[in-house]
Amino acid sequence: MSETAPAPAPGQDRHAIRAVVLAGGLTFEREVSLSSGTQVWEELVRAGVDAELRDADAELLPGLAAAPADAVFIALHGATGEDGALRAVLDLAGVPYVGSPASACRLAWDKPAAKSVVRSAGVATPDWVALPHSTFRELGAGAVLDLIVARLGLPLMVKPASGGSALGAQKVDRVEDLPAAMVSCFAYGDTVLVERFLDGIELAVSVIDLGDGPEALPAVEIVPQSGVFDYTARYTPGMTEYHAPARLSDDVAARAAACAVRVHEVLGLADLSRTDAIVTPDGEVHFLEVNVSPGLTETSMFPMAVEAAGHELGDVLARLLALRAGSPRS
Amino acid sequence: MKTSEIRALFSVVSRPEVVSLAGGMPAVTALPLDAVGSMIGELVSGMGAQTLQYGSGQGDPRLRERICDVMALEGITDASPSEVVVTVGSQQALDLVTRVFIDPGDVVLAEGPSYVGALGVFQSSEARVRHVAMDDDGLIPEAVEEALLESRAAGDRVKFLYTVPNFHNPAGVTLSEPRRQALIELANRYDLLIIEDNPYGLLGFEHEPLRALRARDNQRVIYLGSFSKTFSPGLRVGWVLAPLAVREKLVLATEAQVLCPPSLTQYAVARYLDTQPWREQIKTFTELYRERRDATLESLAALMPAGTTWTRPDGGFYVWLKLPHGLDAKLMQPRAVNAHVAYVPGIGFYADGSGREYMRLSYCYPEPDRIREGVRRLARVIEAELDLHTTFDTVDTGTFRAVGPGTRTPQVPDVESYVGPANRDTFKDDRA
Repeated sequence: MSETAPAPAPGQDRHAIRAVVLAGGLTFEREVSLSSGTQVWEELVRAGVDAELRDADAELLPGLAAAPADAVFIALHGATGEDGALRAVLDLAGVPYVGSPASACRLAWDKPAAKSVVRSAGVATPDWVALPHSTFRELGAGAVLDLIVARLGLPLMVKPASGGSALGAQKVDRVEDLPAAMVSCFAYGDTVLVERFLDGIELAVSVIDLGDGPEALPAVEIVPQSGVFDYTARYTPGMTEYHAPARLSDDVAARAAACAVRVHEVLGLADLSRTDAIVTPDGEVHFLEVNVSPGLTETSMFPMAVEAAGHELGDVLARLLALRAGSPRS
Repeated sequence: MKTSEIRALFSVVSRPEVVSLAGGMPAVTALPLDAVGSMIGELVSGMGAQTLQYGSGQGDPRLRERICDVMALEGITDASPSEVVVTVGSQQALDLVTRVFIDPGDVVLAEGPSYVGALGVFQSSEARVRHVAMDDDGLIPEAVEEALLESRAAGDRVKFLYTVPNFHNPAGVTLSEPRRQALIELANRYDLLIIEDNPYGLLGFEHEPLRALRARDNQRVIYLGSFSKTFSPGLRVGWVLAPLAVREKLVLATEAQVLCPPSLTQYAVARYLDTQPWREQIKTFTELYRERRDATLESLAALMPAGTTWTRPDGGFYVWLKLPHGLDAKLMQPRAVNAHVAYVPGIGFYADGSGREYMRLSYCYPEPDRIREGVRRLARVIEAELDLHTTFDTVDTGTFRAVGPGTRTPQVPDVESYVGPANRDTFKDDRA
């Protein structure tokens, strides 16, 4: 891993780059995205990039057509920014963007699908089942939940099958709390992912690719005061203790890094990603989920990892933009 | 779901795709904006020496006179300008009154539900709020008496009753004439101070304004008024009418906070009242809000699933809706965001965590067609949530195989995963 700040990308003068930072969107994570986008925009401007902050709305495509950007940075969280749809449209428009291609995003966005692919690649991930509401309705919720508890045990993690920021995610310790957890989770989407809960060290491992292949940044260890890393713990300064780098043995740290890079590769991700994982007491690293548009707010883990690696966030973002500038995907 | 999550979900309201039945923003574009603009321009160009200067802490004397004229419309005919303190919106008036009267631990009686901005003020002064039941005729006097006696028996200091008697926020109901009299009698019998917060009183659809509580008692009632709904919330001009002894303390408190209320906006309100047809403008506002109220009530009646109930306001901005049994407006909010409709979950209007089955719908801001569309979306959200509850509410986890205290993670072979279909809720409009 490089210990020095990245040099300007060869062949690209970042000062000449016109970048559009996309933030906002019409999702549950709009507030977080606006916060991420503002931070990205400020960092890019500080790094000397000609950057503009825009929402992903009906003005976007006409705006990009009227004033083409060399590259777009997608700081949208939730469906718009992460499910691949917007990226597919940018591909159609021939607009280059930083980040993973549309098809890979589609896969990563579907957490159960991503878990299947990752497990097939030999990466550990907690056992799970993902079911739509209709299955519970048709087969009887009691019978299905009974099976789930019998097979996966307790505690369980119940979360929407897509989406980030832990919105709708709950740890369920007692079987009698399970139906209510299902009801509140289904408010976020039509499919729920029920996962065996693993106790251990919670990690966020960011991956960046500055042109020499994906490399993991130092893992960030997450210790929420409340014990649960929920929405409040994520975005309220002081509610969670972070350690960057994580307090891991070299051996475990290397395995966490390898896990995140492997996930990045097998899902076909590009440029940047953040893998959330748990290290169980036996030292095994278990994949939980991956974010193709990791949070970039002041309390987000990706910027912490960048800093722990000795980089400047603005420099890293500007280099990613420079690498994509002028090169549409298809 | 915690407060920060509710706030996060609200951030989509700024997008035009979302029908917001959440905010209580007055329809200021119904004002004669050109006339108001010229008027304010002249206040600066012709009277800048006064309008751009500091003013009196109590507020501009001319405006205080005009405020007395406004209050006369609701029967307060004995008010003197010397008893009026102009404030930065009636929110500051409430804050001042609370600072003057409340010590930490004191009890405030308030309607259940109550105005969220008032609960915030009481909370910051470390008052304890005791909610008092209301019905379609507003606050129930017997319930006030009971709460008062119980609190006093428990050794609590009840400092005042806070009430929004007209077109209540959020409940939409109005305190009936007999209950107004009963409340004043109660206040006299038990030496109870009443804070009458009346921002909506002139916005009635069906009848002339009812006589204010303050019109019936000038010693036990402190009255809070506002131009936010009758003129403009952006000007931030409100007032408090209080007996002279209290007024002294309020002036000292406001001088400590803001020195004086903004001169320019005070002059703007006074000039507006002097030169513009403001009574006719209030009629324009009420006609507009009546049309929106009608669109709301007609849509609710046509579309809401069985088991949903709501209030029928005859003025003001709000409908208070109760969901079918078992539904939780806060937990349902993500589904509403997905469906591009916004409301305020009822829990925010209670200091004690109750109100989960309620929501506040505001009809003041969206056009009638948007209101109808919003209610359509909301009806589908409630129906989907009912469907979900039908699936899960009858689950008896007591019959599960793995319920013993020793049940933890079983050692079983890996479970095959089932990857569900695309997981975005879709809301096709099949009713249109």
